[in-house]
Amino acid sequence: MIESVNNWLNGLSPAQSLLLFTSIKAVVCFAIMMTMFAYTVVLERRLCAWIQDRIGPNRVGPFGLLQPAADGIKAFFKEEMTPAHVRKVFFTLAPMIALIPAVLNLAVIPFGSTLGKQHMVLADLNVGILYTFGIVSLGVYSIVLAGYASNSKFPFLGGIRSSAQLISYEIAMGMSVIPIFLFVGDLNLNSVIKAQTGTQLGFLPNWFVIQSPMTFLAFCIFLVAAFAETNRTPFDLPEAEQELAGGYNIEYSSIKFAMFFMGEYCNMILVSAMMVTLFFGGWTLPWFGLDHAATTLLGGVLHIGIFLGKVFLFLVMFVWIRWMWPRFRYDQLMDLGWRRFIPLALANILVTAIWLWWQSGK
Amino acid sequence: MIVKRKPLNLFERLYLPAIIGGFKVTLRHFFKKKVTMQYPEEKWVVPDGYRGAPYLVKDQEGNTKCVSCQLCEFVCPPKAIKIIPPGPVVSNADRPNAEKMPKEFEINMLRCIFCGFCQEVCPEEAIFLQKDYSLTGTSRAEMIYNKEKLLALGGVHAGVQKWKHKAEEAKEQETFPVKV
Repeated sequence: MIESVNNWLNGLSPAQSLLLFTSIKAVVCFAIMMTMFAYTVVLERRLCAWIQDRIGPNRVGPFGLLQPAADGIKAFFKEEMTPAHVRKVFFTLAPMIALIPAVLNLAVIPFGSTLGKQHMVLADLNVGILYTFGIVSLGVYSIVLAGYASNSKFPFLGGIRSSAQLISYEIAMGMSVIPIFLFVGDLNLNSVIKAQTGTQLGFLPNWFVIQSPMTFLAFCIFLVAAFAETNRTPFDLPEAEQELAGGYNIEYSSIKFAMFFMGEYCNMILVSAMMVTLFFGGWTLPWFGLDHAATTLLGGVLHIGIFLGKVFLFLVMFVWIRWMWPRFRYDQLMDLGWRRFIPLALANILVTAIWLWWQSGK
Repeated sequence: MIVKRKPLNLFERLYLPAIIGGFKVTLRHFFKKKVTMQYPEEKWVVPDGYRGAPYLVKDQEGNTKCVSCQLCEFVCPPKAIKIIPPGPVVSNADRPNAEKMPKEFEINMLRCIFCGFCQEVCPEEAIFLQKDYSLTGTSRAEMIYNKEKLLALGGVHAGVQKWKHKAEEAKEQETFPVKV
């Protein structure tokens, strides 16, 4: 049985085999992302409950682990209301767009080394990061469209806020990572990971977050911009519950609302994955030789596990911060973006470039 | 009032003290004992004097105390109580001197507002608001409690003697300030 499958696989032409394996990887990636989304929601609800001295949802299944199933069923079976005053086409389009950027960006993230003969990345693009930022900038459309199509006040305010916020912070975000690529000398995300292997001072990981002051500053700017881009507290102005009663998604119900929800969390997962890849060594760990491409099947799985573990830690941080801090005021947000982070990111690029030029001259 | 806002120094403008402070607070609460009560499994202790559902009580000998005076029926604000008195001829008394025992006594628990007027007005101390607060049923008819059910739920109110408490209460209210 296994032999015949093997024979069939070996008989495939390169194009066919690429198609087959890429589609399998894509489906698995999507499934993992959706599972992570579901459990990030549970994590968020449990963590926030614990922070607020409560217990949180613990009724569905052991420790409340089947809660996502209950939530999903509820979202599907709720009545779907489309208010009479909305612009129908855009109203329907917006939640669809919400999920797309996050899922598309999944393609370039290396989530493991190798599993068998397969590289654990969907598309090994040599312009990976450019692709990422290109897609991320599409994310604003879903919110703006939702705000515009809802045709009422609060969603409109949410849409306006978010368009300004996302566009401003995209600049800071894009410029913050340039020093990393100056160091690496390549736009491929696999090369970024390769540049972070090994240790420094004997035991510390050689990750970009602690490799040099410039890359640390890049990480700080990227982190803040990531919070702004994913509409998470302290930058959750587009959906401020208290002022805008939910912002752009007020008029949505049932599965359309769930799509926005999904989009937000998938963006969080994606940004966490980006940060892990760019600053925390991706699927590598500097110890026990875990920073080289796996040769065994178990090693490959272990690398994926390491990657998911790092992403999980970032997700915990995202959630924790939401229940820890108040929201920034709108003018403070803009001030922080345009007058602090963008000049800082520019200066960082300049300093890094001068430093590298000086290094190369030696 | 003008609130003086002192300008933040560089350390504070980096939001670091706020970050650390917020983290300390949330971390402390994270490990704190949780206040949630797992309701159907754990239940709270109902305090004395709680005004739950009104039930009929029996006296020390296990006899029905109600004498169908219908004061509670008249005073009941939502008209939840319905009493059918025994009538002039037919009596369903189960013992001597109990000829006024109600033929039927119904409380519609869907209407009852747990105000306690029935308890207050009852000259026989036959009805008391007790500790039940969560009444459920699958139909409207099921939520109308009849005499048997009310007596069974009410139980014996030993120690309550006719008029004694009323007299004490009246006496207490003669002095000022009124003790509650």
